Amino acid sequence: MSPTPAASRVVRLGAGAGYSGDRIEPAIELAERGEIDYLVFECLAERTIALAQLERQRDPALGYDPFLEARMRAVLAACRRRGIRVVTNAGAANPASAAAMVAGVARELGLDGLRVAAVLGDDVLDVLRRSAASELPADVISANAYLGAEPIIEALAGGADVVITGRVADSSLFLAPLVHELGWDASDWTRRARGAAAGHLLECAGQITGGYFADPGVKDVEGLARLGFPMAEVDEDGRIVVTKLAGTGGCVTTRTCTEQLLYEVHDPAAYVTPDVTVDLTDARVSEVGADRVAVEGVTGHERPATLKVSVGSREGWVGEGQISYAGPGAVARARLALEIVRERLRITGVKHHELRADLVGVDALHGDALSRAGAEPYEVRARVSARCESACQARRIGDEVETLYTNGPAGGGGVSKSVREIVAVTSAFVGRDDVRPSIEWTVT
Amino acid sequence: MRTLRALAHSRTGDKGDTSNISLIAYDAADFPLLVRWVTAERVKVHFAEIALGQVTRYELPRLGALNFVLERALGGGVTRSLALDAHGKSLSSALLSMEIPDDV
Repeated sequence: MSPTPAASRVVRLGAGAGYSGDRIEPAIELAERGEIDYLVFECLAERTIALAQLERQRDPALGYDPFLEARMRAVLAACRRRGIRVVTNAGAANPASAAAMVAGVARELGLDGLRVAAVLGDDVLDVLRRSAASELPADVISANAYLGAEPIIEALAGGADVVITGRVADSSLFLAPLVHELGWDASDWTRRARGAAAGHLLECAGQITGGYFADPGVKDVEGLARLGFPMAEVDEDGRIVVTKLAGTGGCVTTRTCTEQLLYEVHDPAAYVTPDVTVDLTDARVSEVGADRVAVEGVTGHERPATLKVSVGSREGWVGEGQISYAGPGAVARARLALEIVRERLRITGVKHHELRADLVGVDALHGDALSRAGAEPYEVRARVSARCESACQARRIGDEVETLYTNGPAGGGGVSKSVREIVAVTSAFVGRDDVRPSIEWTVT
Repeated sequence: MRTLRALAHSRTGDKGDTSNISLIAYDAADFPLLVRWVTAERVKVHFAEIALGQVTRYELPRLGALNFVLERALGGGVTRSLALDAHGKSLSSALLSMEIPDDV
């Protein structure tokens, strides 16, 4: 009989959100019955923090994720009871206020002695204004460096039950607990890359359990309306098993895992994070049980010398209008509608930098050539969208679509129109020494 | 003639103005065929109206996957694009609509 190998230490991570507006019940299921040590909520898209910064300028107490309170109310008590620690980037542009709010929720729930850590220091706008002012966009709103795992590791070492960050690389939210628990060396690039890969796999939550995947008849997925969110078990060597709770909808298969492994990856040999450069060249996925997939063979290289910065700036306004046509001749009437709107914008002197006119249901997603507009659809929606200097010009786009009701082709109905400010995001880089993260503690 | 959808599945990701589209063989035995037929040049032509910049292909034989990186493919970037699908999430379906001869 061969001796039983010493049980390798395994850390279990759960993904509670893949974006700010994500479903909340799957996180409650994980908090209440997931065998997990950490529950991680990834809530920041590329430009979210710039929008949050605008909100903070309007009200200094705001600027964090608007759904954070509902999420914490839903999971905090169960996490406390079961010893699950929470990590989230939902602090957005104001982690300190977010932490104060979460502490308030914890007190209301009667959770005494809860340690909430806010990670500060990703806001580098002043640094860039001093060192690279000429490279900043004219109407800059925000500049946030993608922090790595270090400040989260420090917060966990300080006993944090909840860690709330602003801009941190998504994968770092997951890597941090792994490094904290498993003690991987700072220069152990391969193990760190495996931890970052686990984070990469989990960061979009439902996208690895069957969401963004189903294709009836080809890739069928059961239970998308009650999709379970993923968990990852990661051992000391960085071996990953991705799974989900029994009884939830969706599936974890080599196919869902391979799609997510390559999601948003450019060169698979150099997937850059602030913590490590991940190399997926020799990565393998294999089914090791029902809804259990092992991911192995990831390696790593040294982390980059600089940190990426997401710079948000105002870049004008987009105006949009849509109107529908149906039945015989629908496409011809919709095309006529588009021509009329273009001409009206010209006649009335509406200035725009760029204009797009599409037929939704015909060619809006992929253009003419790929759509090979063949069989006439029963209904079609004409859509005009343009980028303008001012809100007032942008509003004219939808208004002109609306006038088609009484001035355009026969049978036009269901107009919708909108105007939104463009908060564009570009990238810059800063030296690591220019970024000094810090931690602010609140204890209930 | 069949489409790639018969042989492979696909997912699109976005970063700025760059789209990446994976193409993953259902059956590992079909991977060499994908390597032969679905070249960066063919993908560039297929997406001629969409990808205005370079198209790069990466091969991941252990995963039976190709990864295509399409530059200048998202209308100037997700945050300023006028497109209905600003993220280009639907581009995977466009790749799967590419035809592949039966005798490749």
